[in-house]
Amino acid sequence: MPQQFLAQGEQLQVPAIDFAAVLPILIVFGAASIGVLLEAFLPKHQRWSSQIALSLTGIVGAGIALAAYISDAPEGGITTFMAQGATTGAIAVDTPALFLWGTLLALGLASLLMIGDRSLEPGGAFISQAGLQSGGLQTREQANVTGMQTEIFPLTLFALGGMMTFVAANDLLTMFIALEVLSLPLYLMAGLARRRRLLSQEAAVKYFLLGAFASAFFLYGVALLYGYAGSVKLAEIAAATAGSSASDTLLYAGIGLVVVGLLFKGSVGPFHTWTPDVYQGAPTPVTGFMAACTKVAAFGGMLRVLTVAFEPASWEWEVPLWLIAVISMAIGAIFGLTQRDLKRMIAYSSIAHAGFLVVGAMTLTEDGLSSTLFYLLAYGFTTIAVFGVISLVRDANGEATDLSSWAGLAKRSPLVAGVFTFLLLALAGIPLTSGFIGKFAVFSAALADGNAALVVIALVASAVAAFFYLRVVVLMYFSEPAAEGPAVTVPGAFTTAAITLGTAATLVLGIVPAFALNWASAGGFVP
Amino acid sequence: MPDDIAASGGLDAYLPLVMLLALSFGFAVFSVAIAPLVGPKRFNKAKSEPYECGIEPSPQPVAGGGRIPVKFYLTGMLFILFDIEMVFLYPYAVAADAVGMFGFIAVTIFIVAITIPYVYEWARGGLEWD
Repeated sequence: MPQQFLAQGEQLQVPAIDFAAVLPILIVFGAASIGVLLEAFLPKHQRWSSQIALSLTGIVGAGIALAAYISDAPEGGITTFMAQGATTGAIAVDTPALFLWGTLLALGLASLLMIGDRSLEPGGAFISQAGLQSGGLQTREQANVTGMQTEIFPLTLFALGGMMTFVAANDLLTMFIALEVLSLPLYLMAGLARRRRLLSQEAAVKYFLLGAFASAFFLYGVALLYGYAGSVKLAEIAAATAGSSASDTLLYAGIGLVVVGLLFKGSVGPFHTWTPDVYQGAPTPVTGFMAACTKVAAFGGMLRVLTVAFEPASWEWEVPLWLIAVISMAIGAIFGLTQRDLKRMIAYSSIAHAGFLVVGAMTLTEDGLSSTLFYLLAYGFTTIAVFGVISLVRDANGEATDLSSWAGLAKRSPLVAGVFTFLLLALAGIPLTSGFIGKFAVFSAALADGNAALVVIALVASAVAAFFYLRVVVLMYFSEPAAEGPAVTVPGAFTTAAITLGTAATLVLGIVPAFALNWASAGGFVP
Repeated sequence: MPDDIAASGGLDAYLPLVMLLALSFGFAVFSVAIAPLVGPKRFNKAKSEPYECGIEPSPQPVAGGGRIPVKFYLTGMLFILFDIEMVFLYPYAVAADAVGMFGFIAVTIFIVAITIPYVYEWARGGLEWD
C-alpha cells in the first residue's frame, strides 16, 4: 500500500510530466484562455479578426507541436502525469492518441473556418445569448447586429481541448473531467443559432438534460468500477478483472454504465434520441463540429476503455454491444428513410455510422483498432463538408433544409450539387471515396475476428441507408426546381476552404488511403 | 477484520467521526423540533410565501418581460467559484513546504485559471447589478 501522508519535512516527489508530449493540448487550452481575455478587453470591432487569428494560430501551432513530437516519439507510446510510486500516468500518449489528436485538430480547423464565416449570414450564424427569447425585442435587435459574436471561438477551443484530453485519458476520472470539459461548451453552443431560436433552444436544453444524465451514468459506473478494482486506472481495472475476489456484479454494472455514458456521446442507438433534434436545432457550423469531432472523441475514448480496461471481460460485453450495433444501424438506416429535413437525415445517417463504428470498436484486434481510427478520420471530414454544403442553400428565412427546396438544385448550381453528390456517395460507402475504404477496413477486420453475422447485417444496413442518400441525389438532378426556391449562396473564403478541405480529404483518403491506414496501424494502446 | 484495518487500531479510530455524525444529526432534529414548540406564532403575508432567496416566487413583474432575473445566479456562481478556490488553497497552505516549487507553480496556474473568467465577467459588466 503506498504511503499516504508525507512525514514532517519530507519533500514531495514531483510527478513526471512529459511536456513535449502534451504540448498540443496545452496550446489549445492556452489559446482558449487567451481568447477569453481578448473577449474581455478588446473593443467590439477588433474581436472577430483577433479571435480568428488566435484560434487558427492555436490549432496550427498545436498541429506543429504534434508533428514535431511524432517525428521522434518513443516507440510504443508513453504515459505521463505519473504520480509518485504509480505504474501508469493519467494521460497516455501512444499511436492511437496521436492519430486521434491529428484527426481532431484537422477537423477542428475545418469547423473553426465554418464557425468564423461571416459571408453567408451577416454577422455570422450566432447570437450573443442562448437565453434570448424567440421573437423577443432583444432577439430582433440582435438579428440586425452585423458585428459577429465571438465568444464561440474560445468555447470551440475549450471543447476541442477537452476532446483531445478525452481520447488520451488513461484513468476514468481524467476521462470524466475531459468529458465535462468537452460537453459543457457544446451544450451552450447548440443554443446560439441566430435563426430559428426556439428550435435551437430546444436543442440546447435537450442536449444538456440528456447529456447530464449520461454523465451521471458514466460517473456511477466509475464509482462501481472503483469499488471493484480499488483503482480508476484503466490498466489496474484490467488487472483486477483477471484476478479479483470482489463481486462480479460491481464489474458488470460498472462496465455497463461507463459504456452507456460513452455510447450516448457517440450518438449510438438506442441512446441516440437527442441526436436528430440537436443536429437540426444547433447552428449548422456547430452541428458540423459536433458530428465530426464529438464522434471522434467518443469513439476514441470507447476504443481505449474497451481495449485497455475491459478487454479481459470482453466475453461479457460482446453480446450486448453486438445487439447495440445492430439496433443503431437499424435505427439509423430505417428512420433516415422517413426524414424530410436534410439535417435530421444526416443525423440519422450519423446514428447508422455510429453502429458501423461500434462494429469496429468491439473488434479487439490490431486491424479492428486501425480500421476504426481510419473510419473516424474519413467520416469526420465527409460530415463536416456535408454540413458546410447544407449551410449554402438558403432562402429568406435562412438555411433551407427541407428536402423539397433541394429539388432541381443541379440546374441552379451544378458545382454545389456535384460536391454534395460526391459527399453523399462517400457517406453511402461507394468506391473511390473514403467511406468505402473505411467500411471495407472495418468490415473485413470484424470478419477476420469471426463476426460474420454482424458484418452481413451491417452490409444490409449500408444498402438501406444508401437509398436515402441516393434519393437526395435523384431529387437534385432529376426534379424541376421550385419556382421560388432557395438560392445557393456563394460562400466566402472560410466556408469554401472548409468544404474544400473536407471534400479533398474524402477523395484522397478514398484513392490513396495507405498513408493514413499505415499511421493508424503503427502501434496499439500503451498498456 | 482485514489486516490493514487491525494494524491501524481497528475501527476505534472512526469513533469520533461517528460521534460527530450523531451530534450533527441530533442538532438538526432538535432545531427543527424545538422551533414550533417555543417560538411565537405571528403570521404575516411575507412569512407564508415560499422561500426563494429574495426573488418574487411568481408571477414576475411585467416590466422585466415576466422572466426570472438571473442576477442572483450570476453572483451565486461567482461565490461558488471563489469558494472552491479557497477550499483548494487550504490543503496547499498546509502542505506548502512539502510540495515545494512544483506545488507553488501548480497553485499559481490554478489561481490564474480561476482569475481569467473572473476578469471576463468583470470587464463585460457581469458585476453590475442593474
